[in-house]
Amino acid sequence: MNDIMRKLLWLPDQASTFAPSVDHLHYFVITVTMLASVATGLLAFGFFFKYRERTPNASTPIVNPSVRFELGVIGVPLFFFLLWFVQGYRDYVWYTTPPGNTMDIYVMGKKWMWKFSYGGEGPNAIGTIHVPADRPVRLLMTSRDVIHSFYVPDFRIKQDVLPGRYTETWFEATKPGRYQILCAEYCGTWHSQMWGEIVVMPGPEFDAWLADQRRGLSDRVDTGGDDGASFHGSIVEYGKKIAMAQGCLKCHSVTGEPHIGPTWLDLYRRTETLETGEKVVADEAYLTDSMIDPRAKIVKGYKPVMPTFKGRLAAPEAAALVEFIKSLRSTSLENVPSKEAVYEPASK
Amino acid sequence: MSQPVNSAEPAEPARATVNYLNHDRGVWSWLTTIDHKRIGIMYLVSVLLAFLIGGIFAMAVRIELLTPDPTIMGANTYNRMFTLHGVVMIFLFMIPAIPGVFGNFMLPLMLGAKDVAFPKLNLLSIYLYWTGAILAVSGMIMGGADTGWTFYAPYSTSTPETLFPVLLGVFILGFSSIVTGLNFIVTIHTLRAPGMGWMRLPLFVWGIYATSIIQVLATPVIGLTVMLVGIEKVAGFGLFDATRGGDPVLFQHMFWFYSHPAVYIMVLPSMAVVSEAIAAFSRKNIFGYKMIAYSSLGIAFVGFFAWGHHMFVSGQSTFENGAFAVISMFVGVFTAIKVFNWVGTLYRGSIVVSTPLIYICGFLFFIVFGGMTGIAVATVSLDVHWHDTYFVVAHFHFIMVGAVIMAFLIALHYWFPKMFGRMYHEGWGMVAAGFIVLGFNATFIPQFLLGNAGMPRRYYMYPERFQALNVASTAGASLLAIGFVIILIYLTFALVRGKRAVDNPWDSRGYEWLSASPPPKHNFAEQPIITQDAHSYQNPGEEVEHVVI
Amino acid sequence: MSSSDHAHHHAPGPGEPTLAHHFDTQDQQNQAVRLGMWLFLGTEVLLFAGLFLGYTVYRNFYHEAFHEASRHLSLFLGTTNTIVLITSSLTVALALWAVQQGKNKLAAALLVFTILCAFGFLGIKSLEYAEKFREGALPGKWYHFSEITAPGANLYYTIYFLMTGLHAFHVIVGMCVLIWVLKGVVKGRFSPKNDVAVELGALYWHLVDLVWIFLFPLLYLI
Repeated sequence: MNDIMRKLLWLPDQASTFAPSVDHLHYFVITVTMLASVATGLLAFGFFFKYRERTPNASTPIVNPSVRFELGVIGVPLFFFLLWFVQGYRDYVWYTTPPGNTMDIYVMGKKWMWKFSYGGEGPNAIGTIHVPADRPVRLLMTSRDVIHSFYVPDFRIKQDVLPGRYTETWFEATKPGRYQILCAEYCGTWHSQMWGEIVVMPGPEFDAWLADQRRGLSDRVDTGGDDGASFHGSIVEYGKKIAMAQGCLKCHSVTGEPHIGPTWLDLYRRTETLETGEKVVADEAYLTDSMIDPRAKIVKGYKPVMPTFKGRLAAPEAAALVEFIKSLRSTSLENVPSKEAVYEPASK
Repeated sequence: MSQPVNSAEPAEPARATVNYLNHDRGVWSWLTTIDHKRIGIMYLVSVLLAFLIGGIFAMAVRIELLTPDPTIMGANTYNRMFTLHGVVMIFLFMIPAIPGVFGNFMLPLMLGAKDVAFPKLNLLSIYLYWTGAILAVSGMIMGGADTGWTFYAPYSTSTPETLFPVLLGVFILGFSSIVTGLNFIVTIHTLRAPGMGWMRLPLFVWGIYATSIIQVLATPVIGLTVMLVGIEKVAGFGLFDATRGGDPVLFQHMFWFYSHPAVYIMVLPSMAVVSEAIAAFSRKNIFGYKMIAYSSLGIAFVGFFAWGHHMFVSGQSTFENGAFAVISMFVGVFTAIKVFNWVGTLYRGSIVVSTPLIYICGFLFFIVFGGMTGIAVATVSLDVHWHDTYFVVAHFHFIMVGAVIMAFLIALHYWFPKMFGRMYHEGWGMVAAGFIVLGFNATFIPQFLLGNAGMPRRYYMYPERFQALNVASTAGASLLAIGFVIILIYLTFALVRGKRAVDNPWDSRGYEWLSASPPPKHNFAEQPIITQDAHSYQNPGEEVEHVVI
Repeated sequence: MSSSDHAHHHAPGPGEPTLAHHFDTQDQQNQAVRLGMWLFLGTEVLLFAGLFLGYTVYRNFYHEAFHEASRHLSLFLGTTNTIVLITSSLTVALALWAVQQGKNKLAAALLVFTILCAFGFLGIKSLEYAEKFREGALPGKWYHFSEITAPGANLYYTIYFLMTGLHAFHVIVGMCVLIWVLKGVVKGRFSPKNDVAVELGALYWHLVDLVWIFLFPLLYLI
């Protein structure tokens, strides 16, 4: 039944966990819509015949609605509309709440291509990303120039990609295959060619692919930094290079000493206390946020002097910095258990 | 001495009398007129020309979309084409058409007044329209605006194309709209005939009143917004540049704060027309007069708070999305009220089949389908998939063409004898109506499916799997175009050689039919005095049957 | 021949209002004209509303920079300007009263004073603008004011120039309106019987003043 409706309505593949529930609500809404509109049209048409003029200037009764009728006419549509709102909003909250254990990929849109960066020592890529099936993936996205929109019809996901801000979306792909990415916000001459591809691979195959990529990284990296500054080496080394170039190390040490800013050693996933008393976990989002809006969440005991790097760091560079910070672990290699995300997403 | 209203005696066939059309002669007398009827006719010619221009660009777009690869033009040209189509259709046709043509012509007649409150301001409004229109169209053609009619920053502020004339044109067109709205509000408040309380206003007047409120309150905001984009392009400072700390999403909030109520500026007058025509062609009172009147105000009011549903994936917070979604649901209810009441008006009426009635039938189907697909896209989870795809394009064309343009055609046919004293050919009218209704369905239903399949808007080239539906849509558009051409031909013919009409060929009880057709320069020989409710079809001396459902 | 035609056959004398052909009574016309003016004032408020929104949003993002930047504005000049405008509102209201009393000479003098206040306002504003040019505290791409380190200061100045610029434009428009009213007062066209135009002109000037009364604290005081 689901498949018949899906094909009838020209809906694409249901390749993510979101797709079936989106589609089911879609069927409900569109069926009621079609029934209501056809019924209205046919009723009107029928009335044209049934109540056609039989004698010229015939008198007509004065027909008026009762209060009950009017309440019904308001109540029934409102009931349906609010029902759809509730179901739709619940699904929507699901879409906008990534679980804590997502694999993060940095996405940068620019005219007229998509660039990607993996966490860890993952590769960079233009146009195509590989993701594992049945594991949640989160995309942290920004734009280099104008507003774009990251749209994967088969996953039923879409999120505008903005300059100067990070937005996020997440998904869990359910079927291995190749799925198209389309830009869905007009961005100029080649807006209609700003396509990409998501390759979904079964979990183990993906792990193998990723390891492969990292091993042969220096030969096979698609692109290093932005604007032709190609960099061969691991993303961690790239991050270190940027940290030095952008002056981060003037205020943040890598040795554990607090300086003008908190030390980066063991910073990743450290629970920090902010000046407001709130506690926050320094995860990827917090670190990225701090680069864009450093005055928003200042760690207690430090002065608000960090300048913003908004507009000064491309997504791969920000990603590289985060990876560099992540790599700065003291010798006691404890696995930090993964917890639910506690940050405020930048997209709020 | 006043003449009794709601009389059942048919008027004498009109002779070639002196009326507003031939009262003064010469182009100059038209260009300096303060007669609301002449201004309405000038608006008619202007918006029809705009519709022609917008329609040509639409056909160009549809032809280009016949193949997934470049077909007849380059990418930049295509982007300019859809921008032209959108800007011309929205600002030069949809917003001004029904208020500017029929609001101007009919409002004073329906109120029993000699003119609108500020006739000179009315003349100013059409001059503003012409100025803004010339600036916008020439600006787009010479400067090559390619941002789409929505001018989103930062694309609009950073594109090398010259946008400023277009933005200035839109700003001036906004003034025309404000002036018209202001004029109508004051007219309705102060120039009603004796005996015409608010609950005796024709429903067309209620619709125009609600529209005018939106025009006056919302339009200044778009004026400011386009000027901010213009200033940012020309002078290098503005509020939306992310590299200088600005927020591009702020542009979207400001833009849609006007542009959402703007769609109600387009649709409320069309609903107002349908209310009039349905009563006239069913020869029956309006079922639920008060509800229809109040629902117009309801749409105007609630419509101001729903703008964020255009921004569900813009990066807005989850909470904002929820709030805007639920508010949007309420606006839909007001339309539902009207639809039920219109169908209720047909019930037990005495219906004369005619061209406007075919359009009314189409209108009812299209407004329910279009309106409910609006509710569908307001359902946040569904809109994530549909936003910025052809589903949204189909939804708004269902309302803008399926409802508003149908209503425009209803108005044009219903009031043709009133404005010109002649009748059009019913046979050709029905043929054209058939082309239009069928062509419309064939054009836009495939676009719903295209949106479902995932084809985004404003796409010059597209993945091959979308081609079949695109071809279907273009074929439908050709039928639609043929329909409009047929209308153009028979209406022009009717204008010059049509059968002369009596003063009230439809035997309608609308107050505007109390004057001659065409009306004399000062509308009424004597001040009408209103003694009955609007849309009353009772014959004097007959037993009136009252039914409550 | 309708009865209402007769009323328009004689030309209005000096100080008598003109009744347009489509109005039945002078009262009806006055009511219409007043409603029209209030609606127009409503549109002006909404025009400024967008900029006030921009101010609110960016103040929220960059509260430090906005706070710091407003310290760099001249509180003295701003306060002077506020006093000038409020005074001019008073004098224009008095001018209306004078017309209603038939004291056109007094009204003219008051209107001249109002217009001079407007000139004064613009003059002080140009002094402030000149200072900004010198400092480099200019909007958007022209900004090079080094004294404020908090991010977002350039947006403060962008908003400052946009809001005060739009306001100054309205001051100029208001001046033109007042000059037109002055002409009518001097020529004797406006009188106790024909004072609606003066009333509406004064109303417009009050709006111009009101907008400044909101701008001043937002830009200079907080």
